[in-house]
Order: sequence, then structure tokens, then C-alpha cells
Amino acid sequence: MSQLIEESPAATGALAELITRATKLYEDLEFKTVRDWKSAEPSRRAIGFLPVYAPREVIHAAGALPVGIMGGGDQIEIVRGDSYFQSYICHLPRSVIELAVSGRLDAMEGFIFPSICDVIRNLSGMFKLLLKDRWVHYLDLPQNFDRAMGGKFYRHELATIANGVTALTGIEVTDERLRASIALYNENRRALADLQALRAQRPWLVPATEYYLLQRASYLLPPEQHTAMLRDYMRLSSQSARAPQDNIRVMVRGAFCEQPPLGLLRTLERAGCYLVDDDFVLGARFIPEPLPEQGDPWEALIDGFLYRSLPTASKYDLHADKEAEIVRRAREVRADGVLLIAPSFCDPALLDQPMLARALEAAGIPYTSFKYAEDTGQFQVIREQAGTFADAIKLWGNA
Amino acid sequence: MSTAIKDLSQDRQKRMIAGHYAELSHAKESGRKVVYTFVPGNLTELLNNLGLLPVLPEINALQSGMRGKTGDYIHIAEKAGHSEDVCTYVKADIGMLKSGNLGPTGEPLPKPDLLLLSYTGCFTFLKWFELLKREYDCPVVMLHVPYQGDGRITEQMRRYVADQLRDEVIPALEKLAGRKLDYAKLRQQLALSAQAESDLVWVLESAKHKPSPIDAYFGGVYYIGPIFTSFRGTQDAVDYYQLLREEVEQRIREGLGPVTPEGTMHEEKYRIVVEGPPNWTSFREFWRMFYGEGAVVVASSYTKVGGLYDRGFRHNPDQPLETLADYCMGCYTNLNLPDRINLLEKYINEYAADGFLINSVKSCNSFSAGQLLILRELEKRTGRSGGFIESDLVDPRYFSAANIKNRLESYFQMVEAKRARS
Ligand code: SF4
Ligand code: SF4
Repeated sequence: MSQLIEESPAATGALAELITRATKLYEDLEFKTVRDWKSAEPSRRAIGFLPVYAPREVIHAAGALPVGIMGGGDQIEIVRGDSYFQSYICHLPRSVIELAVSGRLDAMEGFIFPSICDVIRNLSGMFKLLLKDRWVHYLDLPQNFDRAMGGKFYRHELATIANGVTALTGIEVTDERLRASIALYNENRRALADLQALRAQRPWLVPATEYYLLQRASYLLPPEQHTAMLRDYMRLSSQSARAPQDNIRVMVRGAFCEQPPLGLLRTLERAGCYLVDDDFVLGARFIPEPLPEQGDPWEALIDGFLYRSLPTASKYDLHADKEAEIVRRAREVRADGVLLIAPSFCDPALLDQPMLARALEAAGIPYTSFKYAEDTGQFQVIREQAGTFADAIKLWGNA
Repeated sequence: MSTAIKDLSQDRQKRMIAGHYAELSHAKESGRKVVYTFVPGNLTELLNNLGLLPVLPEINALQSGMRGKTGDYIHIAEKAGHSEDVCTYVKADIGMLKSGNLGPTGEPLPKPDLLLLSYTGCFTFLKWFELLKREYDCPVVMLHVPYQGDGRITEQMRRYVADQLRDEVIPALEKLAGRKLDYAKLRQQLALSAQAESDLVWVLESAKHKPSPIDAYFGGVYYIGPIFTSFRGTQDAVDYYQLLREEVEQRIREGLGPVTPEGTMHEEKYRIVVEGPPNWTSFREFWRMFYGEGAVVVASSYTKVGGLYDRGFRHNPDQPLETLADYCMGCYTNLNLPDRINLLEKYINEYAADGFLINSVKSCNSFSAGQLLILRELEKRTGRSGGFIESDLVDPRYFSAANIKNRLESYFQMVEAKRARS
């Protein structure tokens, strides 16, 4: 049994079992789950996608399993990955290359690289060179949020993905199939929203590590299985004897791509912080509201991306007000403070930080910031920083 | 010796640039509107057509770097909350802004009336203008330029950019200028662009001669100045490139090597292709490490960031918006990694290079991410020696002269040894 489960507060019986399952999925960097899913039916295919967001409904409707690739965390030894990247480039691409050149990504026939930063962008070209037998697509998400322009372009991008996956599965993405996939993912959206609501209301029932593991599970499981897992979790956790603690409520921003190790989340909680909102595994709920299940399903996806997706540093919507949004959200989830965190060397997250910090300052919302890497192993400094932050808020209401 | 002719083209460029800065410093009195925009995928013809004055923050940053100011500017930006990890062009610009926004002439640059975010080949541009928008409180117009992820420009990509130009960018620029775009004039401008582009290509390709009459990196960055900045599509640019071409023709006739800060380079010992931007804070010192060893750069990718013309693209006056779209999408850092490698491989072969060097700059993920794979692939494909050095664009903390010199010396020795073996 992993260390994590032993430390899950009051997780017993069925709840502990469920968390064990989620943990195993998280640790499954050989993508055995994907291989097992595929082996049930020889024609099955899997498509990997990188942060932040890819339209999983399209991949699913073409009969493939969308698999989120979030790097190797602190779980894999980087043998060759480092020799592909200079020291001043973030950690995620090295572990992704490590996964690729070590054959761990062999379960996937194709990969989608969403347009979020220059590193992921160039990584798509590296995959084209290193994995010549696979379908590698750079997904240029529109930065123009006008339906007639960005929307039209995105429609073509969606069709390119559909065609790319269809070429691997032989299953055409009809409107009907796409509507069915949207309906399945809508169920998942509803469950995720309920889980978020539960943790915002009673965060002691949803520890940060468990919430995180559940999000990660959505990157490996077929949607209906994941939805069932979420529903089971909420039921079991609500029935548990978990009791409130004297923690502050914090919101986290800046972790939309390279993920912090689980130990870091645990450290934050131990330092007295309930995580009531974050942007980890953002693609799992990038469009939080259910999409229309009638009418043109392509338009539903386009509208979802253009008008209903969450703000993030990699999106530049001229009409969005990121300052107002972070303040609004912090108040909505009743956050006592905000942690502005970012992976080292991550231009999008780090360049965003001063803007967000200024907005929080102007709104009188306490915040603190620090950097991490997916394989950070020492948490002492972060623990002290988060502890001081939490204590200051508890004592004086601000840090 | 062709110093007299060399002086003519250099003088001409200096006069052009001085004239531009003079116009900028009088923008308020003359009522001309100022647009900040980026070099790759710039829309100079549209701005000039409407009488708008461009300011290019990257050029400010590199000029500040050359004048030794960026160490302080970066420090100011970091003190204001910017991370040590991020692109130093952005921090140099923010620091400059907070220090009075003094341009290279020592006079303050005018504030932007509009930020034209025509972003090609770099995500940091988005963040940069998000930050500037908050400093200047002026509107932003966004042109999303799709990346050549699959190694080609599709009709949809072209349409998308042309539509944005027609329906968003041009109306916003017209509103600012208070007048309509003159399409007849635009066609003339684009014809002038194409003319200058052909001469620039001729100049860059002159490096195929032995000895090369130019240095296509350290000298090259001067040659691309007018066409990458405010002068594409002007008669001035056409005249400049004609003059430059004549000078280079004469150098070839005389069998001369490239011009360096210390006069003509005499012996061409090594012919090198360079990938990546130069360092600006120690530009001269860096250059000397090359010409001091008899190394001439015969082709470089950096001189293609503001337009890649040697693969045949020319602005086409008959299709103004589509051609601007193709231009934006064709800049070097908008090519995918396999195509960047193909291009460099072609350079190494066509320019009969002895080897290639990568200057990996800390600031620029757009260039740097993947360069170690570029190194391996090129070595494998060409059998020529590859070298790898690390520095930064404008952060003096990341230019370690002794270290780079050492590396370069061993690299040239390696080239020498390889040559002796073959
Ligand atoms: S961590 Fe940041 S810089 Fe690195 S790949 Fe992700 S978004 Fe890009
Ligand atoms: S990351 Fe590179 S291309 Fe982008 S602004 Fe910085 S130096 Fe320029």
C-alpha cells in the first residue's frame, strides 16, 4: 500500500479502496490501464494529449481513448530526457521525452500537442522526429475569440483531429456519435462540478491529494468509469467520519501544465491550508458547464472553448478580464488567500504572476508565491512559507 | 578596398533609422499615432500606409543591450516582481519603461496609441503585451498567426489570418489613423517589399562564394535591420538593399572577405552555419571570438526571424492580405522543428559549411526548446561538426566570455581535426 493512502485521513474500507485505485492510476506511468483497455478489443486505439486542453469528445467519438500526458512527476528516473533539454527549460518536457524514448508511450497511436507555450509547441516537432510511426498533431487553439473567425478556424482544427483519429480507428465522427460523446462528458462535468462544490463547502471531506488523484484518473479512464468513480467517492467521503480542522481556505493558480508532486499538496495541507480551488489538471474541467446535447455538436464544442472555458495563462482573450476573474473566483470559493505557484522556467505562468498578484493586492486578498518542479523533493521551505501564510491569516485575517 | 562603398550603405541605414527616431520623438507635435508591435510577422506596410509609426520593443531591448543598459533594466523588472526565469527581452523592456522609456537617441519614446499583437512564433509575445497593456492602458489588436505544426500553410490558415486582417486589424488601424487604407498604395508598397527582399536574398546568398564577402550572422543582423523593422515596402529600403548589393558585388570582384569591426577579415579558415540569436550585451566581443579565429558565418537562422525569403517567398502585390498572411506564417520560428532542421541542413550543404554552431539563449524557449535534438540530427545527417554554446540575449549575467571562448576554440580545433582526417 502506498504511503499516500496510509496518510489519507479517515479513509477506511470502500473509500480507502477507491483511493488506492486512483493512486494506482496516478502511478501507472507504463500506461497499463490503457493497454488493458485496448486488449479487450483489438481495434481499439489510444490518443495521448498534453496540457492544457484537448477536445476529448472528438477523440472519443472517433472510437479512441483520450489519455492525458502530464509528465512523469517525481516517479520516473530521467535517464535520457535531460540530454534533450537545456537546464533553463522546465521539467515537464524532459519527463515526457523520457516516457517516449523509453517506450512507455507505446500504448498510444497518436499525440495531440495543444498550443500553450513554445516548449510544448517545439516538443510536438520532437515527437514527429522521434516517433515517426505515430500520428502527431499540433492543435492550434484559436486566440481569436470571435465565432466567425477563431470559431471558423477552430472548426477546421476539430475536423483535422477527427480525421486524424478516424484514420487510426476507422470510425468516422458523425454528428450523432459526437453528440453521444458530449453527453457522456457532460455527465462527467456534472460530477466534477459536484465534487468541486463539495470541497468548497466541506473541504475536510475532500483532501487535496484525493481531489487531485480523482482529477488525474479522468486522464486515463473512459468517461463513464470516471464519472462512476467520482460519484462513489462523494458518497463514501460524505458518509465518512472526517471532521473539520482549523485550516485556512486557499485557492491555487499557476499549475495548469507541469504538475507539482503529491508531496507538495500534502505539505500544503499539513501547513494548515485547505485547497478549495486550483488549476491542477485543468483540462479535465476546462469547460466546466455541460455543453448542448442537441443541435450542431461541433458548434457546441467551439462555443464551449470560445465562451465558456476557464481563464488560464496560455489563453489570450482580449475581452477577458483576468484580474477581475481571479478576484471574483477567490470570493466565490471564499478563499482566505491565494497561492500563486508556478513551475520553474515556465514563461506563461511566471509572466502571468505579477498581473494576478497586483489584482489580489488591490482587492485586499492575501497571497504568496513560490516555484516548484514536478520532481521537487524538498518541501521544508514551502512548508514554512505556507505555514506562515496560514498562521498570519488565522491571526490577523491577512498575510 | 571598398570601405567607401561600405560606408554608403551603412550611412544610409543610419540616416533612415535616425529619421525614424526623429519622427517618433516629434509624434506628439505632429499628431502621428504610435503603434507598438513585434518583429516576426510585423505588418509594416499597413502601418506605413496609414501614416502610423511603429515602435518595436524587441529592437529597443536589443539596442539597450548593446548600450550596456539591460543589466539595470532587468534588475528593475525583477525587483518589481518578475521572475529570474523568464525572457529577458520582456524584463529589459519593462525596466526601460520604468526608467523613463529612453530610446537609443536618449529621448523618451512616445507611448503607444495601440499595441498591435501580431504574434508569430512565440507565446511570450502574448504575455509581453498583456503586461504592456496594463502599463499604458491602451487598446490591443490581436492577430493570431497559426503555427506550421504540420510543416505547411493550409488554405484555412491563410484564410484565418487574412480574415482577421480584413475584419479586425485593418479597421482598428484605420480608426486610429482616421483614414482608410489605400489599397492601390498598398500594392505599390508590396511590390517595393518584394524588390528589397530579392536584393536581401542575393546578399545573404553571396556567402556561397569563397571567400564569403559577408558574415551572415554578425554582419547579417545589420543587413536585416531595415527590412525587419519599419522600412519594408518603402523606396528607402529598396535603395538601401540595392546599395548593399552593389557593395557586396564589388567585394566579390575584389575577392574580399567580410567586413568586421576591425576591418576586412583576411583569411577565411572556417565556414560556419549558426542557429539561434546572438548575444547583444557582448556583441562585439562575441563577434571577435569568430573573426579572431578566421571563422565566418555563412548562413544563420536568426536572420530569418523577421521573414524567410530564401525559400522563395516574396510579398505579392496582387493578393495583399493573403501575402501578408503567408509572410507572417513563414517566419523562421513559425516553422516546426523538423523544418528548421531541414533548413539548417540545406544551409550546411549549400553554403559548403565546415560545421554548425548553436547559440542557445536562455531567454528564448521559442528558439531553444529542442535545440539539442537539432544538434544531434544535424550531426547525423551532415557528418559535420556541431557546437553548442549557451548565453542570453540581453542579460549580461548569462554571458560568460571565458567559457564561451574556450568552447569556441575547442570547437574550431575539432573542425580542424575533422578536416585533417578527411
Ligand atoms: S510548464 Fe510552462 S513552459 Fe513548461 S511546458 Fe508547461 S506551460 Fe510550457
Ligand atoms: S521568447 Fe524569444 S521570441 Fe519570444 S519575446 Fe523572448 S526572445 Fe523574443
